[in-house]
Amino acid sequence: MLEMAIFSILAVVAVTAGIAVIAQRNVVHSALFLLVHFCCLAGLYILLNAQFLAMTQLIVYAGAVVVLFLFVVMLLGLERARELPDPRRYQWIVGSLLGMLWVAALIWALFPQAAQTAPALTRSDNVRQIGAALLTDFAIPFELTALVLLVAVIGSLVLAKKKLEG
Amino acid sequence: MLSDYHFIGVFVLVAIAFPFLALGIAWLLRPKKPNPVKTAIYECGLETIGDAWVRFRAQYYIYALIFVAFDVEAVFLFPWAVAYHRVGLWALAEVFLFLGILTIGLVYAWRKGALRWQ
Repeated sequence: MLEMAIFSILAVVAVTAGIAVIAQRNVVHSALFLLVHFCCLAGLYILLNAQFLAMTQLIVYAGAVVVLFLFVVMLLGLERARELPDPRRYQWIVGSLLGMLWVAALIWALFPQAAQTAPALTRSDNVRQIGAALLTDFAIPFELTALVLLVAVIGSLVLAKKKLEG
Repeated sequence: MLSDYHFIGVFVLVAIAFPFLALGIAWLLRPKKPNPVKTAIYECGLETIGDAWVRFRAQYYIYALIFVAFDVEAVFLFPWAVAYHRVGLWALAEVFLFLGILTIGLVYAWRKGALRWQ
């Protein structure tokens, strides 16, 4: 009952924030609504017993990605953009058609004969399980992740510096 | 499973209620006699000029990019900290190797002058 109430609040806020992201011209406000949306998603993950995913959602998406978005927005100097006429005049037709298609797919997925989704986790200590698995059975992929991140750091520095100096 | 989150629920409720209570009680108790001097902008003693939305320096962008990579690194350290007692000494060595590889990225950024403010 309580779970249902929390789910309803999070779902309504998530959908409202998601609409707010695309429904207005101020890009900074869009990014902040995206932050609200990501936080609600993290709450939904916790309701599904996926604490690791919730934590990743908060730290990486709400923490780092939204900050990156905001920096890019501030960097581009779009402060006058909301006064210009909307250059995307016909996109909303294609967008709403695709959206309706997506809603149809969601409704179809609700019927029992459709493909089943994975069951929700029942144990609440999956962060510990992930940690144990990551450092024993999946030690090599774990270290390779460090290499991938190293490449990401070096690659982003090379590209960004070339852009900024050139 | 929700019982584990009672503390967070109480915390959220208190965090929402507190500003409303503090500002609401202050609003009830305080005298209300505004005049132009009282309602003037007083932050730093100066009237603000222009928009708060100014173009940021590109340098911030490089910091944000590096921050994303090291943020993902922090995500991988968290489950290790939770499982610390189960995985033992060998895992400690693995984590130090993980951190060592990523330190190369930090040293690279440092040597390339990406951390220097220009």
